[in-house]
Amino acid sequence: MSDLDPREIEQFIYREARYADEHDYDAWEALWTDDALYWVPAGGDLAEPGAQMSVIYDNRSRITTRLNQLRTGRRYAQTPPSSLRRVISNVELLGRDGDEVTAAANFVLAESREPGVQTWAGRVTYRLRLVDGELRLAGKQVLLVNRDQPLPTLAFLI
Amino acid sequence: MAGLDFGAPDYGALIQPDRVHGSLYTDPRIFADELARIWYRTWVYVGHESEVAEPGDYVRKTLGLQDVIMTRGTDGAVRLLLNRCAHRANLVCEAQRGNAKSFRCPYHGWTYKNTGELIGFPFNQGYGGKGTIESELSLASVPRVAEHQGFVFGSMAADGPDLADHLGEAAGELDRLARLSPEGKVELTAGWLRHRTRANWKLLAENETDGYHPQFVHGSIFSVTQSPIGALYSDKSTAVTRNLGHGHSENDLRPEFRRAGEPMRWFGTTPERVPGYVSRMRAAYGEAAEQILVEGAPHVMVFPNLFVAEIQVFVIQPVSAGECVQHSTAVQLAGAEELNRRMISQSVGSVGPAGMLLADDTEMYERNQRGVAMLRPEWLDLRRGLHRERTDERGLTVGTATDETGMRGFWAHYRSLMEAA
Repeated sequence: MSDLDPREIEQFIYREARYADEHDYDAWEALWTDDALYWVPAGGDLAEPGAQMSVIYDNRSRITTRLNQLRTGRRYAQTPPSSLRRVISNVELLGRDGDEVTAAANFVLAESREPGVQTWAGRVTYRLRLVDGELRLAGKQVLLVNRDQPLPTLAFLI
Repeated sequence: MAGLDFGAPDYGALIQPDRVHGSLYTDPRIFADELARIWYRTWVYVGHESEVAEPGDYVRKTLGLQDVIMTRGTDGAVRLLLNRCAHRANLVCEAQRGNAKSFRCPYHGWTYKNTGELIGFPFNQGYGGKGTIESELSLASVPRVAEHQGFVFGSMAADGPDLADHLGEAAGELDRLARLSPEGKVELTAGWLRHRTRANWKLLAENETDGYHPQFVHGSIFSVTQSPIGALYSDKSTAVTRNLGHGHSENDLRPEFRRAGEPMRWFGTTPERVPGYVSRMRAAYGEAAEQILVEGAPHVMVFPNLFVAEIQVFVIQPVSAGECVQHSTAVQLAGAEELNRRMISQSVGSVGPAGMLLADDTEMYERNQRGVAMLRPEWLDLRRGLHRERTDERGLTVGTATDETGMRGFWAHYRSLMEAA
């Protein structure tokens, strides 16, 4: 995929962020590949995620479960949904391997929900794959800057 | 109106058999009283021995508002040291965990062994040299430390009932958890999630064995996953809520699991899918294994801050009248490799800030906290099932699966501690 335009990758990353910000669960879900991994590590080391607690460690089927829970309208931690806007910056292409590209970016996110505004920030690493000529999301790891601290409820898509 | 009374709180008036007053969750004076009479007096869960498996291992923990270092010495003993230099009160340990023979205060270089003993104070002629102040200026220890099934508890009171007295009937529930390991050992080695919660700690303690809420608060995830858990907490369930005494309570799900009579149902699986585990259990426990495998894990709240929810362990850390931190991890059972990874995976899906169960509980706690700030109708009602409670063969009070028997037990003990001399 040497012909892949870096701007196309950036556009994909921004689109994924917008779907998450706007709770567009169907569009967000459609970005993922079947071997998806959506991972928000907790404070421990990153070596062996299956042997440690994570804030989120969703394979493709658990992503669907998470979204289906949100879709019920009775996921009370997101009823009503948070009002969200995130800024993605410092996008870097870190590597390519066949049809896969690894990219990373920093983000700052404002979450407004009663009783106040919560700021989230961190670094996202994306594993993107070209499937039938279209970019898809195979992996998303979100390293929160405050993952070593007690975190407030994180029930939206980060 | 007790909320506007500037005298000492009258706990007998605020805590009644069928209702409790809202100010118990909001009044900073009551929180200060709780620190003195509960958190710094009675037995409080601090950490698990498996978190400091090797000599020199240490991990930072909390006891009430105290920053505590749980250490394992070269003698194998687990100690609870307060993280405060005896010189000018700096923190002697800033790492969350590690392995060290000693802790060195960064401020003036005072050094302590991991037993708490002072072993170095630079430019020591200022104190008259070595062998002068050491016996007087060690790190403080939590006065009493005791464990049950590796669960380490501390008490800031030099005397009082021993841990076995405090745990009473709850000890057997921790034993039941350990018996699910073919080696009889629980390990809490999967790391912890910490969830900041803008609610009073007691709202969590009360909810842990509230069998009335799951169908409502967790209806979304139960419906999406076709979970059988909801039915365990319904009007038709044969499960019971039991007041274990001393503020402890449980949702005893065994009647439901016994009725089904299927080994491993408690874990949502069958013996065929975890054959290695089942055969190790049968080898370890013989005929008793069948009962253990059918009855599964406990669901027990150990006063004031330890909650075992089948395959998860939660610890409640108070911060202020309106805030606390929930710590959660997956149970790991020694010798149960087939279960351990799955317990982590299920727990990660369920608990913590993004958990598909616990984030909704936490939403309820935080909304409750906003509610108790409202001045009318003042009370939280606790009467559910009061008219149908019975005494079981152990002499313990039992309600149905959805009754508030556990909460009433919590409050009776809380009141006795808050009114004690």
